This record gives sequence, structure tokens and C-alpha cells, in this order.
Amino acid sequence: MTENLLFFTELLSMPVFDLKDRRLGRVKDAALVPLVHASRIDRLLVGGEYSWLTVRYDQVRSISIDRGIHLSDEVLVPYHDDEYMMRIGRDLLDQQIIDVTGRKVVRVNDVSMAIGHEGGHDILMVRDVDIGVRSILRRLFQGMLPRRWIRSLQQPIPPKSISWDFANVVEPDPLRRLRLNISYAKLEEMHPADLADIVEELAPAEREAIFETIDSEVAADALSEVEDPKMQASILEALEPEKAADIIEEMAPDEAADLLSELEEEASEEILEEMDTPDKTEVEELLEFEEDTAGGMMNTEFVALHENANVGDAIAALKGNEDLLDGLNTLFLVDEEEKLSAAIPLARLFVAAGDARLKDLAAETMIQVRVDEKQHRVTELFDKYNLLTLPVVDEDSKLAGVITADDIISVLRQK
Amino acid sequence: MRQVLSRFRYHLAVFFAVIGPGFITAVVDNDSGGIYTYSAAGSQFGYLPLWTLLPITLLLVITQEMCSRMGAVTGKGLSDLIREEFGLRITFLMMAFLVLVNLTNVMSEFAGVASSLELFHISRYITVPLAAIAVWLLVVQGTYESVEKIFLFACVFYVTYVISGFLVKPDWKEAAIYSVRPVLMLEPSYIYMVIGMVGTTIAPWMQFYLQAAVVEKGITAKEYAESRIEVIVGCFMTSVIAFFIIVACAGAIWSVKPRELQDAAEAAQALKPFGQYAFLLFSAGLFNASIFAACILPLSTAYTVCEGMGFESGVSKRIREAPIFYSLYTLLIVVGAGVVLIPQFPLVRMILWSQVLNGMLLPFILIFMILLINKRDLMGEWINPRWFNVVSWVTVVLIIGLTLAYVGILLH
Repeated sequence: MTENLLFFTELLSMPVFDLKDRRLGRVKDAALVPLVHASRIDRLLVGGEYSWLTVRYDQVRSISIDRGIHLSDEVLVPYHDDEYMMRIGRDLLDQQIIDVTGRKVVRVNDVSMAIGHEGGHDILMVRDVDIGVRSILRRLFQGMLPRRWIRSLQQPIPPKSISWDFANVVEPDPLRRLRLNISYAKLEEMHPADLADIVEELAPAEREAIFETIDSEVAADALSEVEDPKMQASILEALEPEKAADIIEEMAPDEAADLLSELEEEASEEILEEMDTPDKTEVEELLEFEEDTAGGMMNTEFVALHENANVGDAIAALKGNEDLLDGLNTLFLVDEEEKLSAAIPLARLFVAAGDARLKDLAAETMIQVRVDEKQHRVTELFDKYNLLTLPVVDEDSKLAGVITADDIISVLRQK
Repeated sequence: MRQVLSRFRYHLAVFFAVIGPGFITAVVDNDSGGIYTYSAAGSQFGYLPLWTLLPITLLLVITQEMCSRMGAVTGKGLSDLIREEFGLRITFLMMAFLVLVNLTNVMSEFAGVASSLELFHISRYITVPLAAIAVWLLVVQGTYESVEKIFLFACVFYVTYVISGFLVKPDWKEAAIYSVRPVLMLEPSYIYMVIGMVGTTIAPWMQFYLQAAVVEKGITAKEYAESRIEVIVGCFMTSVIAFFIIVACAGAIWSVKPRELQDAAEAAQALKPFGQYAFLLFSAGLFNASIFAACILPLSTAYTVCEGMGFESGVSKRIREAPIFYSLYTLLIVVGAGVVLIPQFPLVRMILWSQVLNGMLLPFILIFMILLINKRDLMGEWINPRWFNVVSWVTVVLIIGLTLAYVGILLH
């Protein structure tokens, strides 16, 4: 156990002495001011005879686990709560925080700090957030046994902690979040599926706080990874319609439509109103279909070309639809009346000459369904013909959308 | 035929759509301890104890309503809230006590499994280990959710008590009078039984379980009004079933000759209008109730403790990811079932003590609940109205008084 390490539980009730070695009181709490410094303890709150006093970090001469805290300045101001202050005992201890590297929600048992030396002062820097059994032991015996005894007691238990840099505090109140300089930027770098898992573990207010703050694109990805449709809906409903619309616009139209159909009529109208026209019409068209039919399952993210197009045209079309490329595996051909005529597996383009006609590359049999086909028939087709993408046509045999394998997996998982 | 089948399916779907956390809690509330206590009350005192059901229902509604409201508004479990608002040390003490209390509850559930099948002379050394393994696997394999529906459906068994309650031709006039007329007797066995009824109906684990279930189901403050109805209906259902168990026992056993119940076979007499099927029905019902509770109790305990203490929890996690959660869960089942198998273990006394421990823990939990639900920064506009606070404090005082009386009698 290194000497320059101090746990918050040890700091609590540590005696504080003035210049003449008179005891002023004991430490009641410590606070960060994240706007000024992200990890330096800015103030110690000391319980004096009648009221609490605030000790600024540059009024401390020395801090020692055995000898307590000695000050270098006696002009202390009485404590008053201010909104820029994150109090460790009040705001952090026992609360949930997000472990960004471990990708999970954890509860803070203790906070460990490094005692540093700077310009004649001992300063405390928050290093880790302690979780796990070791810190529980420390909390249980805090104040009941001498600090040194507790340190030797905990020795055999392996430590478990998260670096302060990778810990993300969640604050539902937007004003306070701003004043405390809490951002969810770190969360944006996580995989959307991990972020969704984390969000699912939090309480509704905290969930909404995160979705309100993070980038709409990340929010959209994370929201579509949230497994429970009811939770998705309640998150959206809680957001401002404008923000909700931004998120919906970033989602695939079929997922957006599914999600909106979960909302109450009024809420989904409000969100649709805030959306940009092209996205809006697409989603609205999809909303027309029953949820458990091919129409309700499909999305409109496909690339269709004219029957007479060649490979060069196809490449050009793909270049024009770059945002679709990630999930695309089939091209479709339509005739003058937009009727579906053929499907071309994307990989065949690579082995064909540049002027080859697409029609000649088409798969021999083309499986298609109508928008009103039942969901279970669609999943059967995927299984039977080992499909990746299934075209969906309307009453006039016009290509209306496609169903992809990932849609089928979601359907099956929900059963 | 097909049409009949699809209509049946439709009814099943409706049945499962209306049931929620409140309903499940109510059903599990009538576990083996509940069946035993109500049966004993009816056989020994006839219709006299019926008056307690109204106040018990009221207490039940008050406590259950509070924790489901907290769950809906905060989106957090009760142990989470206790931890966040009262710190680690209090949470730890409370959790340690809860584990101990729930362990004794698990024991009585496995005892229920044993005695239900011993009616058919199947040895407990076969049934209890099998049941324990089945319960463990159900949850760890993640098949619990689908089986829960079977359990719930099997609870239709309680209807047999209702039917029996009519068939034994009880004295309805007397039953009606004693439902509203309090009878106070200073006979120790009577007081003891009344307290036991309160203890078995309002248990600490229910508060944690119900709140967690409300959170799990994603019920929000906005939808809470509907959920509240479900919770309250659930409470009344518990009491209605209790009413019929007591009436059936009064009609079938007490009216013949008032006596103390010696074993499960005697308790099965309450269903004697079913003739040769009485044993089968009683045993099936007791078995279902016991094993349902034996599934829920260890799981709910492990969740509650891990959430309060900040350990990883959840059946969706692997054993390696949530070691403490799974060890605690396993320990509760192994010890709970193991104790039942120890020869000459004072099982009956153990179950009585488990009621006492339940009663001792309950006031503390209620006090924390009232403190929490009155915090405006947690509950906003959903804090308790003043009259509600008065009623809930009276509830706490009542329960503390009853517990003290109970301990007093036991020690004498």
C-alpha cells in the first residue's frame, strides 16, 4: 500500500488543524469543481463547532493518514452549497456510474485519491473509483477501526477499481449537468450495442439524460439496439419531439416506422411533424402497413436499376447511394412500369465485364412476396431459400421495399 | 375443434395480458406457509379469525401500493434506493438480515414440496433434491419465464378451495358476521395465530420483489394508474383465497371437531367434497405453490442483494460475469433444500422462527419505504399525501406491536 494513496473513506472524519496546531474540526466531505479541474479535489468541507467551513485546496499544507490535515491559511469561508461543486460523499458515493472501458454500470463504493505536492501544498487528485468487495469492507469498518488496521485487513482482497478517466457520471438534471461539466462524449465512442446494454440498466430519467445529450446518429444506433420495444418507445416519448425526430431520421426507415408504431398516436404525430420531408414520407408510407406483414417488416433502403442497365451503370448507382453500402447485398432490376423483374447478387458484379448486361447476371429464380404476406410465411421463405434479402412488391408488382436477414433475426428473437 | 382450441388460446392470451407484477406477488404470497397458516386458523378456530382479513388486506394494499409506486416513479429497485439514500452500511446490514430471513423462507418452501409429495408416500430424500435441481436449472438455463406461465396457470388450483368452500355447506351467516366482528381473546394460541396470519401475508421479500418487478416491466409514472389497480386487485385476491381456505377448513374440519392440524393429510380434509381427488388436488396445489415460491424467493433475494451492494446481477449474465449473484442464488437453494433433509431437524420450529424473523425485519423495511417515498427529489409530485403517511405510520406501529407480542409469546 503506497503512502501517497488516500481513500475517501479515510479522508472522512480526518482531523483538520490550523497553523497553531489547534483542531478546527473533522472532514465531512470533499468536492471537485469539474469546470476548473477534472480530478483535483478543490475543496474540503470541514465540520467546525457550529457550522461547516470550506477549505480551498491551496490552503492545505500537508495531508497524512496518521497526522491528519494541517492548513497553511486560516481564513476559511463558511460552507454554502454551490451548483458547480460535485461533492464526493453526496453526489458520487453509493451512486451508479458508467464504466466506459468495462462497458457496464457500477456502483461507487469508495474513491481513491493520490496525495501530490504542488507549490508548498499537498493536493489530492482523484485516481480511481473503487468497486468490489475490498471497498465494501473499508466502508463497513470506516470509523470503527483505526485506518491502518483497515488497510492491513483489506490487504488480502484483490482491488477492483475503474480509473477516474474512464468513469462517466450520469446526471439527469440538464442544468446541473452543464454546470458540473459532465459530458457523455466518452459514451459516443462505444459500440452502439454496448451503449444500449448500459442504457437498459439505468433508471428512466438517466436514460433520457443520455439520449438527450449524445449525438443523434449514435443515439439512433443505440436506440435500435435496445431490445425492449416498450423501452424504446418510452425513451422517445420522454425526449423533446425535435430531438426525437433527429434520432428517428438517422434510423433505417423500417426501424423508425416500427418504433413510431409503438408510440401513442399523439406522440408519434408530434415527432413526424418535426421530421424532414423525404424521411417523413418514407416512414409514413411504411407506417401504413400492418406490423406482422411483409409491408411492416420491410425497409425502403434498396437500389433498383432499369432492366437494360449494365455493370457500369450499377457501379455508378452504388456510388450515388454510399450510405446504403454497409448492408447491401442485392441489386434489383425493374421495367418501365417499375415492376420488379430480376434480382442480382452484388458479388456477381465483381466477376463480370464492365459492359455486361445486368439482366444476364440475374439469379435464376427470383423469390418475392407481396406487401400483405404474413410474417411467418416470410420467415419460412428466408429459411427455405437461404435468403439474405427478399424483395417486397405491392399490388401492381412494383418494388416497394426489401426485407433483410437482420429483420428476420429480430423477429425470431422476439418470439 | 380447431375453433375451440383457438378460442382457448385467445382466453389464455387475455389471461396473461392482464397479469402483471401485482398478480404474481399476490399468487406467490399464498405459498406453502400461507396455505398452512390459513388452514390451521380455520380448523382450530372456525370462523372467528375471518375478521382479521379486512385489516390485513388494508395493510397489504398500503405496503404494496407504496413500493409499486416507488418502482414506477424512480425506475429503481428498493435496495438501490436504500443504498443511494442511506449508504452502504445500512444497506449491508439490511441485506444480511434479508438473506437470513429469506433463507428460512426458502426452507419452508422446500418443506412444502416435501410434505405435498409425502402424501403419496414419496420420500423427501428423492423429491427435495430433485426439486432443488429443477429450480436451479430453470433459472440458470433461462427457461424460467416460460415456466412461470405454467405456475401461474396451475394456481387455478385455488379455485378448488372456493368450490369446496361452497360444497362443505359452511354456516354463511356466521361467516358473514365474523368477517366484520373482531373477536379478541387473550388465549395465547389465538393471538399467536392472528399474528402468524399477518406475518405470512405481509413479508419483507414481497416489497423488494414487487418493486423490482414493476421496474423490470418498465411501468412508468404515466402508466402507474392502471398498475395500481392491478396491485390492489392482487391484494384482494390474496385475501379472498385466504377467506375461502379458512371457510373450507371451518366447514370441513372445525365443524366436525375443532383441532390443531397435525399434518398435511389433515389439511387436505378441507377439500373432502372432492372425494377421492381431495388428496391429489391438495397435494398438487401445495406442490405448485411451494415450488413457485422456491423459484422466486432465491432469485429475488440474489437480485436484491447484488443490486444494493453493487455486484453484477442478472440471469442473462454468465456465471463468470456475475459470480456473487450465482453463488448467492445457489447457496440459498442448496442450504434451503439441504436443511429439510437433515433427520430430526426441528423444521416446524424453524418455520415459526422464520415468521418471527420476517416480522422483525418488516418494520425496518417499512420505515425505510416511508422515508424514501416522502423524498420530493425522488418522487416529485408522487410523494405520500399526509393522510397516507398517517395510515402508513399506524401500519408500522401496528406491525411492530404485533411482532413484539409474537416474540413475547414465543419466548414464554
